Amino acid sequence: MSENKMKDVTYRSPDERLAEKKSKYTPKSIFLNGVLFENPALRLVLGTCPLLAVTISAKSSLFMGLAVIFVLTASEAIISLLRNVIPNKVRIPAFITIIATFVTIVQMIISAYFPALNESLGIYIPLIVVNCILLARAETFASKQKVLPSILDGLSMGTGFTLALLLMGSIREILGCGTFFDMQLPLFGSVIEPMMFFMMPPGGFFVFGICICLVQILMKKQEKHSSSSQGTSPCGTSSANDCLSCAGCNLCKGKEE
Amino acid sequence: MKLQVSHSPHVRDKATTQSIMRDVVIALLPATFAGWYYFGIRAVLITLVSVVSCVGFEYLCRRVMKRNNTISDLSAVVTGLLLAMNLPVSLPLYMVVVGAAFAIVVVKQMFGGIGNNFVNPAIAARIFLVICFPKAMTSWVVRAGAWYSLKSVDAVSSATPLTQFQGADAPSMWDLFIGNTAGCIGEVCILALLIGAAYLFVRHVIQPWIPLAYLGTFLIVVFFFGKANVFHFSGNLATLDGWQVLFHECCYMLLSGGLVLGAFFMATDYVTSPLTVKGKLLFGLGCGILTFLIRYYSNMAEGVSFSILLMNILTPHIDDWTMGKPFGEVKENVKA
Repeated sequence: MSENKMKDVTYRSPDERLAEKKSKYTPKSIFLNGVLFENPALRLVLGTCPLLAVTISAKSSLFMGLAVIFVLTASEAIISLLRNVIPNKVRIPAFITIIATFVTIVQMIISAYFPALNESLGIYIPLIVVNCILLARAETFASKQKVLPSILDGLSMGTGFTLALLLMGSIREILGCGTFFDMQLPLFGSVIEPMMFFMMPPGGFFVFGICICLVQILMKKQEKHSSSSQGTSPCGTSSANDCLSCAGCNLCKGKEE
Repeated sequence: MKLQVSHSPHVRDKATTQSIMRDVVIALLPATFAGWYYFGIRAVLITLVSVVSCVGFEYLCRRVMKRNNTISDLSAVVTGLLLAMNLPVSLPLYMVVVGAAFAIVVVKQMFGGIGNNFVNPAIAARIFLVICFPKAMTSWVVRAGAWYSLKSVDAVSSATPLTQFQGADAPSMWDLFIGNTAGCIGEVCILALLIGAAYLFVRHVIQPWIPLAYLGTFLIVVFFFGKANVFHFSGNLATLDGWQVLFHECCYMLLSGGLVLGAFFMATDYVTSPLTVKGKLLFGLGCGILTFLIRYYSNMAEGVSFSILLMNILTPHIDDWTMGKPFGEVKENVKA
């Protein structure tokens, strides 16, 4: 069952999505979902603002990602605990309040212990409050699931976001500055001049598009691979026996054999 | 008499993509040769690297994307040639390759290959390079040593005529016309560019609407709103000197920079310019005004590539706006 759920389907109706969310998740499926199949940055295209602004260096991307992992995990845990207490009508303000609490904690810690980092991340730490990823996960996952799956979801979604940030930050820093985590790379500077373009907003959009494109290619390959190895038929059954048993549907007609 | 009934199109033309692109290459050759003459053997090297890498990237891209190969239609050669003409001669060669990769892979093939690019690949690549390597892309040289000198170090670095305009060392009008100035490889020799453009007109490869509208608009705007504009001299327009200064500025602005190259060879790109005559005039108008605005009011000396790029992006909207009405169509009265 879960294997079928994991499969990348580009479009699902809201009802289907809801049913999917309500159905049981396995830890593996939650993790893969967060990191790859529903990667918040590159598949759901959420949280684009910090993504484009922060990824001018790998270091600030990494720390931004860590901050998001912390806030996401903690707020999802609390929201999941309170999911039966929060009245449905005011759930969004309640979620935001919880999220804002953790963002404030992160902000205070960073400004106390890493003032340089606070300088470079600037406004984007407080802006985590309105980051779509957090609200989306609170609304679609944490408010419907138990605590442990919610924590796992927060961790995996945060990891997915961090990986995407790190990928983009690395590309932009290497090409745009010739450094990686502030280390001067060989060749760059002496032979190859760093390309200013990648440090600028258009470069951010450019790298973002290329990354989305690459992940999409990966997904297509994966889909092809899984469908050829399992031999899934259009109606979702996986073996010849299943096909015989579902004689009622005509999805497979003409495709069999 | 026998009547034949057949479907349209009834009139066919022998022109193919390949033949048109061949004509464009031929038309670009005079200016390229002039560039080689003025800038020496390094200009040849840059042109070769640009063309070879454009064709190479086109081939590789089509191979990787598993599409039929289109290098034989010569469009990649045109892109490579145009790109080389838009580069300063002192540019390091790997930057040329980067530009070619951006033009072919990103602008052309990622959007579906020839006919589907949303902006002119050569212009986009030039702007990409300007943004990436602002210093290398704006260091101009005039050749000082023998024509076979390979190193750009031999050359004397100089400002492009556009930045020299105010100074006393501005080149003469004749030097501007035959190309004895600093600038990109292909943009300096106006004479050779005009010969190429005339060839394109004779062969009916391009229509005159876009260049006319572009240059005309630009001239008019400079005439009325340039530094030495009509209003500026309203006090002493009776004197000949006032008119002379005004005339000088108009001609100078027309002949310097990449305006002629852009107006005749880049703005007229089929894929990225409007289809109708009205649309083409509008396109040229926009290009002219934007070029003026960027040249006079921005911190960049040259605005031709940016203005063409911007109008390229607006082209689908201009096409929507100037769409012809089918013959015999009755407009439905919506309000009634």
